[in-house]
Amino acid sequence: MENESSTFTVLDLIDLDLKEQNSLELKCVAGRSGLGRQLTVPDFNRPGLALAGFFESFAWDKLQIFGRGETAYLVKLDKENNHASVDKLFSYSIPCCIFTNSLLPSKSFLDAAEASGCPILSTPLSSSEFSSRVLRILYEIFAPKTTMHGVLVEVFGIGILLIGDSGVGKSETALELIERGHRLVADDVVEIRCVNGSVLMGQGANKMIGHHMEIRGLGIINITHLFGVGAIRDKKQVQLVCQLEDWNPEKVYDRIGMDELTCEILGVKVPKLEIPVKPGRNIPIIVETAAMNERLKKMGYHSAKEFNQNVMRWLESENERTLYFSRDDY
Amino acid sequence: MVELETTIKNRAGIHARPSALIAQTAVKYSSRIFLEKAGNKINAKSIMGIITLAASFGSVIKITAEGPDEQAAAEAIKALFDSGFNEELG
Repeated sequence: MENESSTFTVLDLIDLDLKEQNSLELKCVAGRSGLGRQLTVPDFNRPGLALAGFFESFAWDKLQIFGRGETAYLVKLDKENNHASVDKLFSYSIPCCIFTNSLLPSKSFLDAAEASGCPILSTPLSSSEFSSRVLRILYEIFAPKTTMHGVLVEVFGIGILLIGDSGVGKSETALELIERGHRLVADDVVEIRCVNGSVLMGQGANKMIGHHMEIRGLGIINITHLFGVGAIRDKKQVQLVCQLEDWNPEKVYDRIGMDELTCEILGVKVPKLEIPVKPGRNIPIIVETAAMNERLKKMGYHSAKEFNQNVMRWLESENERTLYFSRDDY
Repeated sequence: MVELETTIKNRAGIHARPSALIAQTAVKYSSRIFLEKAGNKINAKSIMGIITLAASFGSVIKITAEGPDEQAAAEAIKALFDSGFNEELG
């Protein structure tokens, strides 16, 4: 956790807990002493040019991926007893070398790596598969992130972040939503990452204590045990922000739904609703309806705009106007 | 805005009981109060938030308060930390 926020090392890359279709299946074959080397760029490099002796603009700070081509070239270099470029390669502080297709370099290469403390990893995946997986994973890890105070729930498939001051009823609203069959992603501390520059992924800050809620009067409750595994979700895109606030008689709340408020998180604009809380207002149902309305908008149907268009069409229709002007009581 | 720094003095760190004490103290003030550890900043009025900080014995915590009663709020929270939450000190 803490490592993740500050530095990301090669060891962290091997240790990532990933599911089948994402797993990198890495194992370290040499240079264990260098596993603490840091990754600073979410990218990889194919070191073909470097091996051929061309080191200008060599991207030494990236992961170096050796596929069949690079490995075959290494074999050729080894046969010719030409170690100059390999030695030069290891003179850079490269984070690690990764051999795909379960390939392994020669003994002399491994010895050179060991001597310079550069970790050599091996994976059974093909180069293209490995590179697409590793890029996806690195982008997620290096994505800008922030934590927000709020509750993230999934309602009818829409990720809704409930925000508002302490005691306004965020957790209670979320509890009622869970009761009604929706899902809890994270309570209180929501960690949000900006993936691909436009998608905000929200999740709990800590897996160990995730999916617990604090309800005043009840204390801390375990949502998974109480409502079952169907009531929780590990992560979800933040698609709508609902700001709960105590009813302020001076403030003008949206009555039509034509103006679209947005909330900027990590540079991404997310639609926002301001929902005033007052006794007698059933907030969970309002949030549920907001979710359905959001889905309608995504399908291209905007209730408020459509309604207004109908009103305007009706006002403009010649028929109505003549009817209006021909009346004698206006 | 008031900023104070403190370290965790009780051996067990910030588990459920101390975090409840902090949150209960924090809600008495109208200022916005935050606790920060290693770049993670959370709202001091939320129990789950405080627990998420994973503040163990010896961690350094920065308390910030902003609002009409910020000085009193920050000091009250700091006093709690300094008392070790009436638990065994390390």
